[in-house]
Amino acid sequence: MNAASEFLRRSIDKSADLTHRSIIRKNIDHYDAAVLRGRARFADWEAARERCAAIKHEAIENLDQLLIEFERKILARGGQVFWAENSEEARDYIANLASDRGVKRVVKSKSMVTEEIHLTPALEKLGCEVIETDLGEYIVQLRNEPPYHIVTPAMHLTRVQIAELFREKLEGVTSDEPTELVAAARRKLRAAFFSAEMGISGANFLVADAGLVAISTNEGNGRLCTTLPKIHVVVTGIEKVIPRMRDLGILWPTLAAAGTGQSVTTYNTLISGPRTAEEIDGPEEFHIVLVDNGRSELLADLEQRDALRCIRCGACLNACPVYRNIGGHTYATTYQGPIGSVLTPHFRGHEFDHLSYASSLCGNCTSVCPVKIDLHHHLLQNRRNSVQAGDHPRLERIGFHLWRWMMMSSSRFSRLARLGKIASRLGKAVGLDPLKPWTAYRASPDLPKQSFRDLWRNGRV
Amino acid sequence: MLPRIALFIPCFVDQLCPQVGVDMARVLRRIGCDIHFPEDQTCCGQPAFNSGYWSEARDVAQRFLRVFDNTECVVGPSGSCVTMVRKFYPELLGADAAALSKFYEFSEFLTTVAKIDELGAVFPHKVTLHDSCHALRELGISAGPRNLLQKVQGLELIEMNHADECCGFGGTFAIKFGMISAAMGETKSQNALATGAEFVTSIDPSCLMHLDGVLRKQQSPLKTIHLASILATGEQQ
Repeated sequence: MNAASEFLRRSIDKSADLTHRSIIRKNIDHYDAAVLRGRARFADWEAARERCAAIKHEAIENLDQLLIEFERKILARGGQVFWAENSEEARDYIANLASDRGVKRVVKSKSMVTEEIHLTPALEKLGCEVIETDLGEYIVQLRNEPPYHIVTPAMHLTRVQIAELFREKLEGVTSDEPTELVAAARRKLRAAFFSAEMGISGANFLVADAGLVAISTNEGNGRLCTTLPKIHVVVTGIEKVIPRMRDLGILWPTLAAAGTGQSVTTYNTLISGPRTAEEIDGPEEFHIVLVDNGRSELLADLEQRDALRCIRCGACLNACPVYRNIGGHTYATTYQGPIGSVLTPHFRGHEFDHLSYASSLCGNCTSVCPVKIDLHHHLLQNRRNSVQAGDHPRLERIGFHLWRWMMMSSSRFSRLARLGKIASRLGKAVGLDPLKPWTAYRASPDLPKQSFRDLWRNGRV
Repeated sequence: MLPRIALFIPCFVDQLCPQVGVDMARVLRRIGCDIHFPEDQTCCGQPAFNSGYWSEARDVAQRFLRVFDNTECVVGPSGSCVTMVRKFYPELLGADAAALSKFYEFSEFLTTVAKIDELGAVFPHKVTLHDSCHALRELGISAGPRNLLQKVQGLELIEMNHADECCGFGGTFAIKFGMISAAMGETKSQNALATGAEFVTSIDPSCLMHLDGVLRKQQSPLKTIHLASILATGEQQ
């Protein structure tokens, strides 16, 4: 089965799953209320969006220069920078580093790019133990599942389900109390932080003028991952660079407001490189892997280049009525929801074009995006690109050809529409339903005998 | 002095719910508009455009503009079809956006051009309004229909939770991904039903057609009605 029919099958199952629907609705209602409060803290939320969009626009327009400026600063402080053209190059670099340094245990702070390049399985193949340290990521790792959502990886689970999981996998869990659950995970993760030889993190922003990596987390796990192990590897997409340190002044609170409704994420860390002679802690080795993996091609697409502005806040997923019904796993992609449907065909090819069709084009994603990516219009453009690529069913292509022929003449349109209605009535009379794709989920419509133009001609308007 | 109005009757309104067009015409006449119906019109091209068939859509869109060439003001009872013309033609055809400003959605015409909200309509029912996506997010229509409804004699307008959430229609999406579309429709119907309203109304007949199918499938007591049909009440018919 191809990706499109797999997606269709999963989406049918999930949309009909009322338990899933109510869990997600409840969690997103909670999120919506927090975001309303978060936005209200801004004197002018729309102005903040404009500003963030302008900063990221500037960054994307000057990506080459900013990345080189960033690299220069990192190299000068003794860090190492690796430019990875694709997933394989990025994976190999990190895997070679791990085996070269005899790494046995790796702790990871939350990073979607490491999911994108399938890093964990590659490290596990070498015999490394890889431990996710963001609580949500840790939960889905224990369940052997990919993240359900780019920001809240375990959004699909209830506290009771998590307690069951922890009772099975961890020690000392006797109740469903959140404090007890967190304490159990904490005991496990603390031991991992102190024994790991390598820490891997993503990056929220790469600050070009200061040469700093900015990481935001809510659990402090990012700081432990990046300071305790003797090797720290940052894995990030090339689009994360921003021009100036002062840009964080607006990007940090806007990311937090759109992502979780917080005024600012709990822990915001700026990392400059490996431990210096005067410092008492920090990693001995510091590597940055700059992942391209299709981003340069997207940069060359003037129409959709703005999709590279994405700061991975997850707001468009939460705002999407399709996401709310089919859930994150149905997409079977690293990035779910509207941004995922826009990006994935660019990163992974036309095999993922169906995602751009799985949208009612309601535009709620575009209206919440804090960096003003024209998401739903990009879905339309992806559909056009998909048709141009020519891999649509022949029957559909003929159908739209006939549709044009019909619509190019009002008399053809009226006659064929009347014929269609007669065929539909006749079909129904003999137990066939030509409107099946519609009536499978809806009661059949009452088809009026006369059209508006009939009524107009007969003077009945 | 009100402009002479050309009626824009979307293809599916013409064939599947002509009463919406009739009611819109009746309201426009009632406020003193001189209306005419360019009979050569067919479709704005949205189904093909939304499906990615831009070349087919382009021919039909160009034809559509030719049909309305010599008109002063065009009014249609669908936020979505008007969005197609006003917001997507510039992208599809490279058409001049200023030249497209003569196309109006019906409630928008009443509130911004005719500037009339008192229409003498009588509809003694509880009603809730579904914001249709294109009208709300592309055309910025939100307060207008509410103001019109509030002036209807006997009508009680009750806001539903998530009034601005998509009903799940989405054109060919409703066919390609029927189950997702239906799930969205169910959520919408539940929110509408929870208000205790007897009718859910909208300025988009396509949303209403889909919701009507979902509601009747559930044998829900809630009925759908287009805004134009509410506003057309209150006169001798």
